[in-house]
Amino acid sequence: MAFKIVGSQCTSCSACEPECPNTAISEKGGVFVIDPAKCTECIGHYDMPQCVAVCPVDETCIIDPAQPRYQGAA
Amino acid sequence: MHGLTEVTDGTSGAVDIGEIMQAIAEHKGCGTEGGSGKASCGSGAGQGDLPTEIWEKVKNHPCYSEEAHHHYARMHVAVAPACNIQCNYCNRKYDCANESRPGVVSEKLSPEQAAKKVLAVASTIPQMTVLGIAGPGDPLANPAKTFKTFELISKTAPDIKLCLSTNGLTLPDHVDTIAAYNVDHVTITINMVDPEIGAQIYPWVFYNHKRYTGIEGARLLTERQLLGLEMLTARGILTKINSVMIPGVNDKHLVEVNKAVKSRGAFLHNIMPLISAPEHGTVFGLTGQRGPSAQELKALQDSCEGEMNMMRHCRQCRADAVGLLGEDRSAEFTTDKIMAMEVNYDIDTRRAYQAAVEQERVAKVAAKQEELESLAGESSDIKLLIAVATKGSGLINEHFGHAKEFQVYELSTSGAKFVGHRRVDLYCQGGFGEEDSLETIIKAINDCHAVFVAKIGGCPKSDLTAAGIEPVDQYAHEFIEKSAIAWFKAYLDKVNSGEITHQVRGDAAIRQGALISAA
Ligand code: SF4
Ligand code: SF4
Ligand code: SF4
Repeated sequence: MAFKIVGSQCTSCSACEPECPNTAISEKGGVFVIDPAKCTECIGHYDMPQCVAVCPVDETCIIDPAQPRYQGAA
Repeated sequence: MHGLTEVTDGTSGAVDIGEIMQAIAEHKGCGTEGGSGKASCGSGAGQGDLPTEIWEKVKNHPCYSEEAHHHYARMHVAVAPACNIQCNYCNRKYDCANESRPGVVSEKLSPEQAAKKVLAVASTIPQMTVLGIAGPGDPLANPAKTFKTFELISKTAPDIKLCLSTNGLTLPDHVDTIAAYNVDHVTITINMVDPEIGAQIYPWVFYNHKRYTGIEGARLLTERQLLGLEMLTARGILTKINSVMIPGVNDKHLVEVNKAVKSRGAFLHNIMPLISAPEHGTVFGLTGQRGPSAQELKALQDSCEGEMNMMRHCRQCRADAVGLLGEDRSAEFTTDKIMAMEVNYDIDTRRAYQAAVEQERVAKVAAKQEELESLAGESSDIKLLIAVATKGSGLINEHFGHAKEFQVYELSTSGAKFVGHRRVDLYCQGGFGEEDSLETIIKAINDCHAVFVAKIGGCPKSDLTAAGIEPVDQYAHEFIEKSAIAWFKAYLDKVNSGEITHQVRGDAAIRQGALISAA
């Protein structure tokens, strides 16, 4: 449970939203946010976190230090 | 590399690609034969040597026919914010710079809002014939929104042509859907066919759940672009290739790009100048990568023109542009205003209006033809450029001080040919800075011998004359090409009689600053 979007950097381009395998990303008040309860860091789905890979602004989708790292289902 | 036949073979219902290539090849390039003989694409006497089925598709399309762009308008709806590649000339805080000018932000719309906007604009501007989706990101990185918009519009306004512009990465996946919605014009931005050059333009692409960087990413992009182009050609969909000219990076290489796209059936090639300034915050802006000068751009366009149709009238419009090319009425159609508008979409009124436009076009072409005959006996090597202030309809109908741009024509004994346009700041804004802005206008049209206007004040008149640019207002409200030819004939007479000597003029600046601020 661990990625977050830095709101001040997000351009609201929406590119990340459909890429998330867990539908953890949604629009809130003009910017996009990640639901930490749903984010699995893409582990088990893809080699790299999809939101990070598609986001046009570096350092916008980052590990959320306030959340524990995802432990995986297995 | 995928061959054309491979693609065609695998596709049911595809038209015969040989036939299309033949039709395009016969047509060759409306700018080509006989040196600078004919005017640039789609111009001339109208259909010219274009096969009828292609002419039908382009004749009212302001981007595909230079001649049409004086009469017909287009609009873009900004329904596609996401993108799947990163370009060094783009800063994603703003709209995509593929077509749109950097530094502008469009008002994003839902497909439903977009459909309402199209109806509102079509009812207000009956000469609006084309709806394009060009961003602000990549339309095909937002397929659901893009195709939903097309679906809504094809139901409510079936007479409007649909058009889209893409970076091509996911194009092969969507070609069938594009065909199903009767989109008959697709623009692909192709800046390279060599991955090593591509790596200098594209830091990464996102494809199939992975980010590919450098040469690997650029190779993937060029393969997908060319495959998509072949698939569109196989389906009889007209394609325009946009290329951004980046001096020192891909300027020479664009000749190769031109060959590669021509051999795959592209209809039109649009080489656009890189627009780059540090304040855009793009990689190229920050590294000081410059854009081309007006003459560098024209020389490259000229050298590709023998091969295929060149578009020279692209305005690098914003993703929510509305109106004739070169004008922008988007401020009249903000979401708030549209939602409050009573829309009455009347197809008959639109048809009647467009029929009147057609008559105007015919009259214009006839007038030009007649004037051209008077040049028949002349022989001279002189070629020169003139700038024209126009509000559209092919007329010299704009006041010098009100012009937001000047159209540039090349004159020679074979006639008048549209070769480009220069955007300028409004000179006549009143208040401060007038002298400066006159100076920048002179820089923008410094390669021109004359500037044709409907009206001009005494002060700018004498400054222009001092700079060697003749202000010409005697053809106010007359047809551009006819007047230009008449003026050119008189010019040649004066040169022949020794009254004046012909001087070659210098280069001009493609105004970059003006692109950021004004609409
Ligand atoms: S890391 Fe993966 S799972 Fe988490 S929000 Fe990003 S795309 Fe979704
Ligand atoms: S991809 Fe990046 S910039 Fe775009 S909406 Fe998601 S977080 Fe924001
Ligand atoms: S950007 Fe160029 S091709 Fe696109 S609508 Fe404007 S003029 Fe036409």
